[in-house]
Amino acid sequence: MSQDKSFISKDQVLHVAKLAKLSLTEEEVAKFTDQLSDILGYANELTGLDLSNIAPAAHPIDLENVFRQDIVAESIDNLKVLENAPEALNNQFKVPPILND
Amino acid sequence: MTNQFESAFDIAQKIKESSITAKEVLFGYLENIRSKNGDLNAFITQNDDIAISQADAIDQKIKSGKEVGILAGVPIAIKDNICTNNFETTCSSNILKGWNPPYDATVIKNLTAEDAIILGKTNLDEFAMGSSTEHSAFGPTKNPIDTTRVPGGSSGGSACAVKAEMASVALGSDTGGSIRQPAAFCGIVGMKPTYGLVSRYGLIAFASSLDQIGPFGKSVRDCALVLNAISGHDPRDSTSLNIDKDDFVSHVDRDIKGLKIGLISEFNEFLDDRLKASLTDAADLLRENGAEILEISLPYVKYSLSTYYLIAPAEASSNLARFDGVRYGLRVDGDNVDEMMINTRTKGFGQEVKRRIMLGTYALSSGYYDAYYGTAQKLRTALISDFKNAYRNVDVIICPTTPTGAFKFGSKLDDPLQMYMSDIFTIPSNLAGHPAISIPFGLDNDSMPLGIQILADGLCDSKVIRVASALETLRDQVSPKN
Repeated sequence: MSQDKSFISKDQVLHVAKLAKLSLTEEEVAKFTDQLSDILGYANELTGLDLSNIAPAAHPIDLENVFRQDIVAESIDNLKVLENAPEALNNQFKVPPILND
Repeated sequence: MTNQFESAFDIAQKIKESSITAKEVLFGYLENIRSKNGDLNAFITQNDDIAISQADAIDQKIKSGKEVGILAGVPIAIKDNICTNNFETTCSSNILKGWNPPYDATVIKNLTAEDAIILGKTNLDEFAMGSSTEHSAFGPTKNPIDTTRVPGGSSGGSACAVKAEMASVALGSDTGGSIRQPAAFCGIVGMKPTYGLVSRYGLIAFASSLDQIGPFGKSVRDCALVLNAISGHDPRDSTSLNIDKDDFVSHVDRDIKGLKIGLISEFNEFLDDRLKASLTDAADLLRENGAEILEISLPYVKYSLSTYYLIAPAEASSNLARFDGVRYGLRVDGDNVDEMMINTRTKGFGQEVKRRIMLGTYALSSGYYDAYYGTAQKLRTALISDFKNAYRNVDVIICPTTPTGAFKFGSKLDDPLQMYMSDIFTIPSNLAGHPAISIPFGLDNDSMPLGIQILADGLCDSKVIRVASALETLRDQVSPKN
């Protein structure tokens, strides 16, 4: 299913991986460049359609703000949540340094 | 032993009447799991002790004359992207292995309130992204009809469990066909309800505007029964619809006289001889029994696949940003928080998930947003309005569930676009938020089952059930072994 024209470049794949916080091997970069290009090439059928009078839909149903009474209800216990944390300290999630010195 | 694995409907009835105990029923299914699951790999996490204590509690309730629920003693399998309190939930991903949710999804609460017995968690394509259950960190699930073939996906484990009588019924989730396609591949019934009819609270999100939980069963009646248990308003899901509850079982075994049924002319070019024959047979049966068959046109439906494969990955890339090694699941160390997140996500996610995150991130990125995601959103509007026009003239639409029957392992793994094509007939209902059901109908050239779908307008789930039930009955009258 390879296309004559590439719809995404290796550099773009590397840029997108950085945005998505993924590190790709050279092999993966090559593979994803081909595969994403195939998929985007297929989706290219959408370009050129006249959609100027159509509003975008983000959702299948009309969403409205949902309000509730501001009443304290039962919530999940902190300690129970922290049981699943890779690392916790003083009832909080612990992460590596945000800034290197 | 012959009647042990009858319908969920009959199981609940017999348990209520004390003609069989919940424990006896459960042991039959546990025996099947013991003998078959090693080969089929439908269940990835299972706990007999919990299930047995649930069965004991139901038998005790009945003994002491207490009321029991509509699913009394019915053993059910749960797709492993639905949270179960204190019971490992992984989405078949290395990034979540070992995670024990601190709460139950609303559907789990609803099922246990109706006295269903939770057997365990079933395999899926990682984070529900896939059409074959080959993209699982726990290895693939096999199709019980032919173990050299895939069971479909992403809810392949749930479909396999029901077909192989390792569960009476099951829950799956359907974002682009992930219930209906495996149901078709495994020769059972699977339904995607209207978006918002079933709470998504506790369903680990893939594409939030498309995801919907729904039932698998051996019959339309069993799916309707499970839908009765899991549907209803949930304040914990802001997209949950606050509407009167219907009794979906009451729409089973009704006539279809005077109903108008549409065939989508734009799908014709995707139908090979086998699919054409099974669709024609279905239409003929419905016509002979009083329905009117009409050809209809949905001009934008042919763009559904492109639209979906921009919208779903875009939403996925955003939803899966939460897996960063901070609060739950895998953490791979790094010198700073950024490195830790990159290392964790790189090790934790499989190839298909990475591919979709990349695609979605690209479709949403600066400079490409309008061309890809923006365009796809407009096509979604165009498709919804196509359906709206069609449903002015017809009550339901019928079409095939999949372009082929179950394919062989590995045959589409290296060509994601070919894999995505499996979803061509199922995706439109997700984009529109409409209900759709797949029932077994006909066989492909390799004697693997094919499915027919019945689609309807939003909130017309009862019509979908009514027509599916009628077609199921008519099919069995023609060929009792289908």
